[in-house]
Order: sequence, then structure tokens, then C-alpha cells
Amino acid sequence: MLWYTGRRVLQMIPVFFGATFLIYFMVFSLPGDPIAALYGDRPPAPGVIEQIRAQYNLDKPLLQQYLIYIGNFFQGDLGTTYSGRPVSDVMAGAFPITFRLAMLALVFEAFAGILVGLVAGLRKGKWFDASALVVSLLLISVPTFVLGFLFRLIFGVQLGWFRTTVSSEAPWGELILPALVLASVSFAYIVRLTRASVADNLNADFVRTATAKGLSRRRVVTVHVLRNSLVPVVTFLGVDLGSLMVGAIITEGIFNINGVGGTVYKAIVLGESTTVVSFIAVMVVIFVLANLLVDLLYAALDPRIRYAK
Amino acid sequence: MSQTLTDTNPGGVESDEQPLLQIRNLEVGFQTQRGLVPAVRGVDITLYSGQTLAIVGESGSGKTTTAQAIIDLLPGAGKITGGQVLFEGRDLTKLSPKDIQAVRGNLIGYVPQDPMSNLNPVWNIGFQVEEAIKANGLAQGKEARARTIQVLQEAGLSDAADRLKQYPHQFSGGMRQRVLIGIGLSARPKLLIADEPTSALDVTVQRQILDHLGTLTRDYGTSVLFITHDLGLAAERAEQLVVMYKGKIVESGPSQEILANPQHPYTQRLVSAAPSLASRRIQSAKHASVGDSGIYGGGSLDDTLVARAAERESLAPVKDLISIDNISKVYRIRKKGLRSEELKAVDGVTFGIQKGTTTALVGESGSGKSTVAKLVLQLESITSGSIEFDGQDVAGLKGKELLKFRRRVQPVFQDPYGSLDPQYSVGNTIAEPLLAHGVGTAKERQERVKELLDQVSLPWSSRFRYPSELSGGQRQRIAIARALALKPDVLVLDEAVSALDVLVQGQVLNLLTELQTELGLTYLFITHDLAVVRLVADNVCVMQKGRIVEAASTDDVFDNPQQAYTQELLAAIPGGNFQFGR
Repeated sequence: MLWYTGRRVLQMIPVFFGATFLIYFMVFSLPGDPIAALYGDRPPAPGVIEQIRAQYNLDKPLLQQYLIYIGNFFQGDLGTTYSGRPVSDVMAGAFPITFRLAMLALVFEAFAGILVGLVAGLRKGKWFDASALVVSLLLISVPTFVLGFLFRLIFGVQLGWFRTTVSSEAPWGELILPALVLASVSFAYIVRLTRASVADNLNADFVRTATAKGLSRRRVVTVHVLRNSLVPVVTFLGVDLGSLMVGAIITEGIFNINGVGGTVYKAIVLGESTTVVSFIAVMVVIFVLANLLVDLLYAALDPRIRYAK
Repeated sequence: MSQTLTDTNPGGVESDEQPLLQIRNLEVGFQTQRGLVPAVRGVDITLYSGQTLAIVGESGSGKTTTAQAIIDLLPGAGKITGGQVLFEGRDLTKLSPKDIQAVRGNLIGYVPQDPMSNLNPVWNIGFQVEEAIKANGLAQGKEARARTIQVLQEAGLSDAADRLKQYPHQFSGGMRQRVLIGIGLSARPKLLIADEPTSALDVTVQRQILDHLGTLTRDYGTSVLFITHDLGLAAERAEQLVVMYKGKIVESGPSQEILANPQHPYTQRLVSAAPSLASRRIQSAKHASVGDSGIYGGGSLDDTLVARAAERESLAPVKDLISIDNISKVYRIRKKGLRSEELKAVDGVTFGIQKGTTTALVGESGSGKSTVAKLVLQLESITSGSIEFDGQDVAGLKGKELLKFRRRVQPVFQDPYGSLDPQYSVGNTIAEPLLAHGVGTAKERQERVKELLDQVSLPWSSRFRYPSELSGGQRQRIAIARALALKPDVLVLDEAVSALDVLVQGQVLNLLTELQTELGLTYLFITHDLAVVRLVADNVCVMQKGRIVEAASTDDVFDNPQQAYTQELLAAIPGGNFQFGR
């Protein structure tokens, strides 16, 4: 198990450097000069632009810039925006909100998705199963912004259960509605994945043997069907955790949430390259960690993986 | 042995005692899109306490369905549509789900067929046994753990205490089957249903396990309901026999009587086709087969086989077509961490095959026999040694030369389900080698397909059908036709008949023998089934742990085995000691 974990951690290293370098390279190759843009139509005094360039190391070759950046990154210095605000400040504002949103969405899609999928799988071909399939298909095919506005209209305006927009502190309660919208597509996939997996495992030989042992139906389903069925679902959840943590531009936009997605979007539009690169570097780390978590969970759920080479 | 069986045979006698299990006019159907398809049609079985009864039949005969219906284990679409299952006078078909749950495990134990798929891969062995003990209220907590170890030890796992925390994939097939037997017997049930408990295992392991099962059930006074396709095994292990065919019982009674004097034509066919009995039968087959009615399709091991057997005797020694000299194959196995270990799958094997003869490679799984097949086919490269085919070293063959070699040496594999592309029609499958080697025009290829289908006794119309629409035997015929497409000199048959039912097996063996005579083919026949070897092989090489331990003519190996291992293999053939009637 230690060896397994160690190998996965080692694999993270090239992924991290490869991804950050590519992003750094791409962002700084974008056309447009952010320093010139700072001054609008009135050109600054001669020498000022050069000075600012030197301050941000923009006058050095790209590879050297990257190495300086990575060196600072590991010392906790994520750089400053071109308006002088530390990027770490910007992150401290955005990440907690996205974290809360992601957790709510994840909890919802995992619990509701697995539950609905399990019941549908156990009653394959019955009306519950049929309706679960139709609803999940609808959720998958309707675009998020349509669903977002629809939810806001129904639950926010007409029923008045939730606030239609999220305040800048974004407390848990206000994030429930956006989290439901954010989770909807993944929820649909989890329902389908669990359902197929459960229906498959129900026909497995070891399930029949478990029944023949004299176990109750409940025990057969929870101990022998459900655990085996969760392996693919957990994989999906882990990957989804990664994408939830890196923000959701559309959902954040609809509900006016100042999370990671919106912040990165604004930074890209403004050409704030340092901000973009730092955010994305952190996202890469989160993604890689989420995948590590999946691999570990996977091994915990399936001993065959744990003991394989 | 037969003496003791006849003596302790209570089933033939009418008894006042209430039967333990009485199945009356049982009907089971499967719900399909085309309506209810009957699988069991009016079955009556009576089993007394302490008795062992075997249900014999080919796949699809309804034997497993009957067994599963007893404790309501039928798969989703299956339903009992009529009849009664009386267990100690109580009708099990009328019980509520909760009541039948109390019967399962506790009163009626179940040992399933395939040890590979019947243990949950994600729970350790201890958990899966303990679960059964707890569910049946035998013991809780620490006591349950102690009981688990005891159950496993009784089932023949002597190091059970150390292996509780291990997972199924860390156990061999035989060990897993012992675990399943332990589970089935853990609550000391009155009846044990054993559904093909050893079909997936090697003969020697099979014998150990069946012996053990026999001892346990005798000690506890457990009745056993055996489900098997192996007539020899049924005869050896059960006092009572029920022969099922297409969902109906065609014959039932004491095993000895049925096998010595089968009444129903189907049973007669089954007895005559059972290859495990062939060692006593091949000489008499000729006149016996004259009376065959043939109502269930052709396929007894008839004149051709006998003719071939006679021909073998007169065969003059010629130069070997294939000569294998001291070949070895070493695999590197990755171990924990970066270390790796060498595994000698084949270790210094030497033998030769003469043109037009059949050489059988026999051994248990893991003996390296299939690896030899792969080496001969040049699907894997040899580590050392040499293989000569028709005077040419084949080890370094490349490009055109290799293609030429492949054209002359063709394989037929074990699994007729897996070796045919489900998306390819029969015609395309057979024509594929011709296409791959660029033989002939489209029209000529079509002609060849027609000829080949004819050779394997399939109608020309079957060229448009797909593998999923065919039976196992038909599929294997197609695999053979495909192998013959390029007019090869040699067929390498890797367990080519092992997956087939006895009757079908007989037909395919017959076909192979005919083709050999007709086309002058040379066979390398790889099998774990010694009984089949007797029917088709001229020479036998017995393999164990990568080495050939005994090599001789077929008659020598069977009548006068020199090595202890060969003797053990021969003794393990179920029903080998019985005399069978026709």
C-alpha cells in the first residue's frame, strides 16, 4: 500500500511541472501588452514601461521567467497583479467560496446520485427506473445556464425559498441553490453509472452465493452489491471533485458568486497573466491531489488493485 | 467400490420414512420478450435423508434451474410456474421471502459451480465465511471467528487461521472451492446442493475435493444433491441418478443400474459418448454402434475412431514433421517493488510429431502445455532450444517466411465463444484467413468456404449467420473450418473440445478424426482430459511443472503408466473403474 501511494505521489511531479510550464508559456504568448494596457490612451513617461517590465521579470527569456516564477511559487510567493495586489490575497477571497460550493455540490450529487441509482438499479425496468433515466437524460441535455435561470425563477422568485443572488461573503445557506444547479449534470451521470453497475452486480455469481448463504436481502444489497458497484462511481466522483474545485464560470456568473471561476475569467480578460498562471498552478495541484485521492479510494474499495504489482 | 455402492443403496427400496426432499411436478419458466419459455417441465425428484443423488444432463437441460428453484435462487426472469418442492413436508415454493431466507444456508446449503466468480472479490475470505455463520445465528463475535477457522479447516484449508485476511484472488481455484464448500456446510445443513462443484478444476484437485466433500457429508449425515454433466463423476459419487434432457427427466434410478443398462435412448447416447468411459469401450464400439437409433443427431464415437485406432498400429516410422528439441520459455514476473522473478513455464521439453499422427500434451493447469502450443505456433518466442518444422528451424522466421509457416500450421482454441468475432458472419470468419493471405479471387474464396462448411458438416446457408446464433459445438466447427481454410499440414488444438458437452464433444472428436484421415493432417492436441486423449492420440506426452514427465504411445501410457504422476492422473478420472453398458 505504501509502495502504491508512493508511486502515485512520484507520478504527480512531472505532471505538475509539465502542466504549469505549458500554461505559463501559453499565457505569456498571448497577444496584447498588459503593461501598455494599464495606461490606456495616454502613454507613460519613457522608461516607466521598461521599469515595470523589469519589476515583473518580463524582460528576461521565457524559460528564466518560468524558473523564477516556480522558485517563488514554492516559497509561497504567488506574485502580484499588475495593479499591485498580491495574488495570494485574490485567492484567499475566491477559493473558500468555491470550496463551499464544491463541497455542497459533491455531497448532493454523491448521496442523491448513488441513492437514486441504487434504487433504479434494483428495480431495473420498473417505473422508478424509467423515470430516473428520463430525468437524468433531461439534466444531461439541458444546458447549465438554462437550468440555472430556471431554478432561480422557480425556487428563488416564485417559491421564495432561496435568495436569487449570493452576497459577497457567500454563506453556506445561500450556496445551496447554485450547488444544486452545479451538481445537476454530475448527479445525472452518477445515477446512470450506479444504476448500470448495480444492475450488473445483481446478476453476479457471488451475489447469488451470498443469497444462498441465508443473508437478508438488505445485507446482500448493501454489503455485496453496493460496495462492488461503487468502484466506478468513486472514480467519477474524484475526477468531478477536481473540476468542481476549479470553479464554475457559468453557475458563478448566474448567481453572482465571486468564486475561482469568475476570478480567473476576469483575469484572462484583463490579461493578468501572473494571476492566471498562479490560479491555474494551484488548480493543477488540486486536480492531481484529487486524482491521488481517487487512486487511494479505489485501492481501498478493491483489494485486487491494492495487491497488484 | 461398486460393491459397496450397491449394498448401501436405500433409494431403490420403497421406504415408509418421509423423504427429506420431494419435488413434485416442478415447472419453471423464463420470462422473455417472446413470452414464457419453459426450462423445467414437470420434474419429480425424491431424496431421502443421508442419500446422495445426482442430476445429470448437458447444458440447457434444466438441471441447474431445478436446483436453483429449490431455494428460490432463480435469476430475475425465472419463475416457478407449477408444482411443489416439499422439504421435510413443507412446500418451499409457498414460503415468504423471509421464511425461505431462514431455510437457505441453515437447512439447505449451496455450493456453486465456478469458484472464480462465486466469492466477492472485494471482501476477504474470513469475512465471507463469518458472514454466513452469523447470518444463520450459529455464533457471534469472537466465537464466530473461531467457528470460521474451524469451518475452513474442515473444508481442507489447514492454514485457515493465517489466511482469513486474504482475498479471493490470492487463493487458487481449488482453495476457493474449498472455501465455498466450507460456506455451504458451515451451518451443518440437512441438504447440500452442489452445482457442478468441481467442473472448473483439474482432475486431481477434483478428486481431492470430492473425496473431502464425501467424507464431510457422510460424517454429518448430510444429503447431497449433485448437479453435473459428467456421467462418470455422477456414477462414482451418487447412489441415485436422474438424467435430464430438455427440461424433463428421461430416466432415474440407482446409478449403477442406469449406467450398466440405460433404457432411454438419450441416456444410451450419453453413456456411449462419455469419453471418460472410453478406455473400456473403444474396442467394442464398432458392433455396439450398429444399433444406434440416432434420434438425437449423429455423433457417437463410431467406426472412424475404431478404424483410426487400428490404423495407428500399422503405422510405419517416418521422419518427424515437427521436432521440438529441448525448448524452454522463461517469463519475468514482476514482484512487489522493482524486483522481478523468473518463471520457467516450459523447461527443456523435447518431442517429435510424425506426419499424419496425433500427439497429445496432457497436464493440469499451469503445467506449461498451452505455452508449448504458443511456442509451436510461434505466437511467443522460445527462450532456448529449437523447433523444426519440415526440416526448417522456425524460431527466427520473419515476414514472408513466417506467413508461409502460419499457412501450414493453424490453431484451434478452447473457447468457441471467445475465438470468433461476434461482428463477423460465419462466411466472413472462414474466408478471413484466405483474404489475409491473399488466396484466390472472391469467387474462389466463396467456393472454398462452401467446401469447408461441407467438410465440417454445416449447411451452406449457415454462412450468413453470426456466432451468437450458434451453439458451442457449431462454433467450434467453424473455428475448425477457419483453421482448415489455408489447407494447413498441422492443426494445434488447444483444449479444442474441453468447453463442449459430452455429446457435442464426441461429434467434434469424430469430425477431427475424419478430417485427419481425409486430409492427412497432423495434430498437436493439448488437453487436460486424459479420457479424450485415449480416443484421438497416437502418442502422449504428460507434462508437469513445465517438464515432460512421461512420453509414450497412447496404449502404453494408459495400460502401463510408468510415472506416479501419470498414475495419479489416470486414477483421478471419475468413473474410470466402472463397467458401462450400452
